[in-house]
Amino acid sequence: MAVQFAPHVPKMASNEGVLDSAKAVIGDALIKAKDVVDEVTLTVRREAIVDVLRALRDTPGLEYQQLMEIAGVDYPDRAERFELDYHLLSLTKNRRIRVKVTTDETIPVPSVTGLWPVAGWLEREVYDMYGVVFSGNADLRRILTDYGFEGFPQRKDFPLTGHVELRYSEVEKRVVYEPVELPQDFRAFDFLMPWQGPEYRLPGDEKATPEEAGAPSPAPSPTGDAKASPPTPTSTPKTTDKPSDTGGGKLADKKAAAQAKKPRKAKTIETTDIDEPKPKGRNRRRPTGAA
Amino acid sequence: MTDTRTVELSVGAGGEGVPFEGAEVGDQSLNNYTINFGPQHPAAHGVLRLIMELDGEIVDRVDPHIGLLHRGTEKLIEYKTYQQALPYFDRLDYCSPMCMEHSFVLAIEKLMGLEIPIRAQYIRVLMAELTRISNHMLNLGSHIMDVGAMTPNLWLFEVREDTLQFYERASGARMHANYFRVGGVRYDLPEKMLADMDDWLDHRLQLFEDAIALVADNRIFKQRNVDIATVHKDDAIAWGFSGPMIRASGVPWDIRRSQPYEVYDRMEFDIPVGTRGDCYDRFMVRCEEVRQSARIMRQCLKEMPKGPVGTDDRKVFPPPRAEMKTSMEALIHHFKLYTEGYHVPKGEVYVATESPKGEFGVYLVSDGTNRPYRCKIRPTAFSHLQAMDFMMKGHMLADTTAVLSAIDVVFGECDR
Repeated sequence: MAVQFAPHVPKMASNEGVLDSAKAVIGDALIKAKDVVDEVTLTVRREAIVDVLRALRDTPGLEYQQLMEIAGVDYPDRAERFELDYHLLSLTKNRRIRVKVTTDETIPVPSVTGLWPVAGWLEREVYDMYGVVFSGNADLRRILTDYGFEGFPQRKDFPLTGHVELRYSEVEKRVVYEPVELPQDFRAFDFLMPWQGPEYRLPGDEKATPEEAGAPSPAPSPTGDAKASPPTPTSTPKTTDKPSDTGGGKLADKKAAAQAKKPRKAKTIETTDIDEPKPKGRNRRRPTGAA
Repeated sequence: MTDTRTVELSVGAGGEGVPFEGAEVGDQSLNNYTINFGPQHPAAHGVLRLIMELDGEIVDRVDPHIGLLHRGTEKLIEYKTYQQALPYFDRLDYCSPMCMEHSFVLAIEKLMGLEIPIRAQYIRVLMAELTRISNHMLNLGSHIMDVGAMTPNLWLFEVREDTLQFYERASGARMHANYFRVGGVRYDLPEKMLADMDDWLDHRLQLFEDAIALVADNRIFKQRNVDIATVHKDDAIAWGFSGPMIRASGVPWDIRRSQPYEVYDRMEFDIPVGTRGDCYDRFMVRCEEVRQSARIMRQCLKEMPKGPVGTDDRKVFPPPRAEMKTSMEALIHHFKLYTEGYHVPKGEVYVATESPKGEFGVYLVSDGTNRPYRCKIRPTAFSHLQAMDFMMKGHMLADTTAVLSAIDVVFGECDR
């Protein structure tokens, strides 16, 4: 679906020429640049982030004076799984820009606290949520999570329910932490249509060989080649001359087999050789005819 | 003056002073020491814990500990469809719920390229400005009370109660409205309500003027606010200020004016700007914003056209209930919308609106399914509260409450 323009969203000054002047000042630190839905995004090398942001702030004509936000995003499939998005705002030119860098669990990102003091808490939050380390941030403590919290909750592999729960213990007279215990499994409904959503393995499916979506039906079309196309039912009409032709197999029950072989007439008269469990209480009450 | 003074050790319930060594209570020289403010303190506007280093009664350093109200909203949103995620926004800044929804629905609509009817845009602006009045009533009132006056707060709460009743008449809920929907607003506003709102703007806001008149020129109130926590223009920019905070520092920056959304470009309103950047300026900027909001609301009521309040794209906006009784297609649309929801095209977008507290932004990453891949919320209080350390430096302990009130911090939004 092509993205069209929604006219009632915040309208900023045009981004015309921003890409070119940004490319000129950033130089070879730039990896990718794009302009989608009126938002300019620059992907830059991690080591150069401080220089890039300083250039974007101080170059006349760009003048992105304010750092509004540092957002982390986790893409577990990528080699460098974390993406940091620095959102800058220009008060004089009335424009916004987004600068991206990528990193992983161990590689530190240079801190921009030297450029904007506000970056201190923003970086602390990214560290708290994703475990991304910032070199040069003197105060990289956790900020939103509990004192003594373990793990990085915004990572995609961190469960929604967390690992510990807490309650006030009347016995110990303090708050105690315990592993999460769910009385009912956490249920995730996606409500997607089967051909859009994830593939489910239903019970019994494990024997089936996986087929690609849109694969042809198992029976190949007749081509005339005897081997490729086995005779279809219409060319060899089905007969049931012998019991083996019925496909029924051996009779399972001896008594039932004996009864099946009996002549039809005898069967209608004699039925007592099969033990039939009598329903209990059948004769408990006899209809008498008295009112 | 500070070296012969007895200082209260405990501020707030659970506040505990770290005892200085070898000291007895009484008049004597003091070293720096640390006190704990909050997390349960009536002037903290929520659960805020401040570790303050004091030199006598002078604040040396403030270390705000936040996150005591962290509920993992951003994580929860990743597990919900877009429509299910919307009510979480009411619970961010619970003093101005509809302004929180506004950023989120605009972000989705920008990514979808969805147009909404003009009446819905007017209703959104009208309700957003009502929300601004509602928010400022609470903030101005508690600011006044935090510096020692009782009566104006009670009066302002009456005005706020009126705004909440309008909320209830619009959405059915007094606070957590869930009223702005992608593609428009949930219900049309009743005609009687619009008439009442007009009446209310003409008559009831006098109560607000009376309450402010009690304190605006009051000597004690000025002594508590003028020249407290002065922030220079450059500092305000460097610390990422927005909203009334940056305007009080003399930067005429308002997203409603600079980056107009909805029908704000048709509205006439002024942007108040402070001259000194102190707590008194912030207070007065908010007072003037209330008057300007009322002005915008009057224009909305006058100009609002008739028409639908939601897009007619049935893949994102539910059909009217009456249509569902006769149309099978409408029924299917309704069912799909409330189970699967709508799919948002792949992409990323950052949309910020002018919430009563400043720039409230939503950075939305969509992977093309019916649930957001990532929804980062840019709270206003985060950067303002971070600046508290340098704003408080050299001020008295008692100024803490004035500075906190002037920041207008709400922890539902700050901690998320």
